[in-house]
Amino acid sequence: MSGERILVNGNHAAAYGVRLARPMVVPVYPITPQTPIVEKISEFQAEGQMEVELVTAESEHSAMSACITASLTGVRVFTATASQGLMLMHEMLHYASGARAPIVMVNVNRTIGSPWGFWPDQTDSLAQRDTGWIQYYCESGQESLDTILQAFRVAEKVLLPAMVVHEAFYVSHSLEVVEVPAQELADQFLPPFTPPHRLDPEIKESWGNTVNQDMFYRHRKTLGEAMDNALAAAKEADADYRALVGRGYGIIEEYRCDNPEIIIATMGSMTGTAREAVDELRAEGLAVGLLKVKLFRPFPLKDVRRALTGVPKVVVLDRNFAPGTGGFLHQEMKAALYGMSDGPEVHGYLAGVGGTNIPPAKIKDMVREALAEKAAAEPVWKG
Amino acid sequence: MLEEIKSLRKAPEEEYYVPGHRTCAGCGPALQYRLVAKAAGPNTIFLGPTGCMYVANTSYGCGPWAVPWIHAQITNGGAVASGIEAAYKAMIRKHKTDAEFPNIIVMAGDGGSADIGLQALSAAFYRGHNILFIAYDNESYANTGIQTSPTTPYGAWTTFSPAGPVIPEGKKLMPKDLPKMMAHGHPELKYLATASLAYPLDLMNKVRRGLNAQGPSFLYVHAPCPKGWSFPADKTVEMGKLAVETGMFQLYELNEGQYKLTYQPKEIKPVEEYIKLQGRFSHLQPEHIQKLQQFANGRLKEVGIEVSVPAQ
Repeated sequence: MSGERILVNGNHAAAYGVRLARPMVVPVYPITPQTPIVEKISEFQAEGQMEVELVTAESEHSAMSACITASLTGVRVFTATASQGLMLMHEMLHYASGARAPIVMVNVNRTIGSPWGFWPDQTDSLAQRDTGWIQYYCESGQESLDTILQAFRVAEKVLLPAMVVHEAFYVSHSLEVVEVPAQELADQFLPPFTPPHRLDPEIKESWGNTVNQDMFYRHRKTLGEAMDNALAAAKEADADYRALVGRGYGIIEEYRCDNPEIIIATMGSMTGTAREAVDELRAEGLAVGLLKVKLFRPFPLKDVRRALTGVPKVVVLDRNFAPGTGGFLHQEMKAALYGMSDGPEVHGYLAGVGGTNIPPAKIKDMVREALAEKAAAEPVWKG
Repeated sequence: MLEEIKSLRKAPEEEYYVPGHRTCAGCGPALQYRLVAKAAGPNTIFLGPTGCMYVANTSYGCGPWAVPWIHAQITNGGAVASGIEAAYKAMIRKHKTDAEFPNIIVMAGDGGSADIGLQALSAAFYRGHNILFIAYDNESYANTGIQTSPTTPYGAWTTFSPAGPVIPEGKKLMPKDLPKMMAHGHPELKYLATASLAYPLDLMNKVRRGLNAQGPSFLYVHAPCPKGWSFPADKTVEMGKLAVETGMFQLYELNEGQYKLTYQPKEIKPVEEYIKLQGRFSHLQPEHIQKLQQFANGRLKEVGIEVSVPAQ
């Protein structure tokens, strides 16, 4: 049962993924560069290709609020946002995971003001890493399409919301050939969402009572267990998807990591560029590999440690920046690798912050620099 | 369709807002909640934006609702209701449920409706969701300990508007008129009314008319607060009646665009008779009381009641 091959941009590819998932409610609010996703969903609805309640919310805060209660009423829910919109949702992101609402949302990474910009930079979604959302970082429209279906399956299994992330313009507005799986396969992969607990006068359950300290503690611990379970669920969903559709990504990807001197670790669109740099350096005789961190929350700690065991050096490239500490992935990698006797030396580069261009040649320079020097404790700025 | 209740004696005996809460003695908002739930009946989902009727009602494991209830943020009652309504619409259209469309009722305070919740409320009414949004007005942010809200009357003491030598009247601003705002500029609005806990039959029937309207309906309920207004706990109903009898609050409805005054006091009393019973106004000088009389007279004129107490 082969799918249809179409030429679309990354955002429209995501919209096709959403159509395959058959959500029943989609609250929307426009924001650049996410808007084409919900524009396409609106077109699908108008053309009769998707039967969905579109709620044109007056803000992202309200869009997320409507997502949460629609989900708790027992239907599959999707929305999309970016940058300032994600910032406005912040309160409700915590609420969504606390209420255990398995919403799937696409966030298109864009710089956060001030100063104002529209450029690819992952700081918006990475700054939400502690909100209790599963987070996937994708490098292409095809990957976003496939990952949306996987994210629904994982979210609905562990009852946590999931964010599928790709970057402004590099992915969101670039045209690529995308294979849209047949609806029958998607339906087979993603059964209808029928939660036993829901807002229903027949069931008479309530949500959101105030709790005492012990209940809060238990609740957070349970949420943590759900997040831990999301790791295995994500692996299983990816394996099943690969078996059914013929494409899979893993929660991390190791590219040409056979016996490497150094590994480049990164996320999102930068992985495509890094793959080019790895090929060129390998052709030049340097033993370089690439570690793509696709699933960022829950962080695939054991998989990352295994992939980097015995590797002398790792170069972490962050297209994001947390003032006062550095790149998000750099922080996470240092924490993940701490205490390993045979772990790598960690070099952190702030590469592409604010959407500045990082071509393969720059990545090759950073690899050579890291090979020649000892790692600094602080991140190093590279435009 | 929910039938009109002919008399208090004929009101349903079943309660859906039952013991299990810890509101103050004489709590006006809790009293009107009970009447609303009784009128709405079992096929109901309540939403509670943060406020008194959230916090005082939701000790874990002993909420007072015999129907489903969900917390909303103080900002987003309208949006939270929209999500539930959209989900039911989708499920019913796609035959995913045999259920009858439920009554979706938001129970928001004056902060969660007239102030921080206004944006989401207006948007939900613009979109035309089939919900009943109730703003119970106890005229302050009472849950956090009596701070001024946009509906706090001129001259009232709150912890954010204390009276002192520099500001002798306490609150200096005139209150926002939320039902007036909601009545205009929302083309999908089906039903709007003001009500008071002191007129329970009228209140319950307005709840039913709002729910029968099958579209966005707005009910603004005056709910005196013994703690915030500083009056004895057994005077809540009396305070509600005096508010209407002095012209500080008016009872009317707007049904499919048709305006109707639903109660007209036989005789309008001076506002002083209302405010002298409340500690929050105890610091007022005669010139401040005159300003309140002017305010009441202005509101009375607006709704079509003859002004009989002159203001100086």
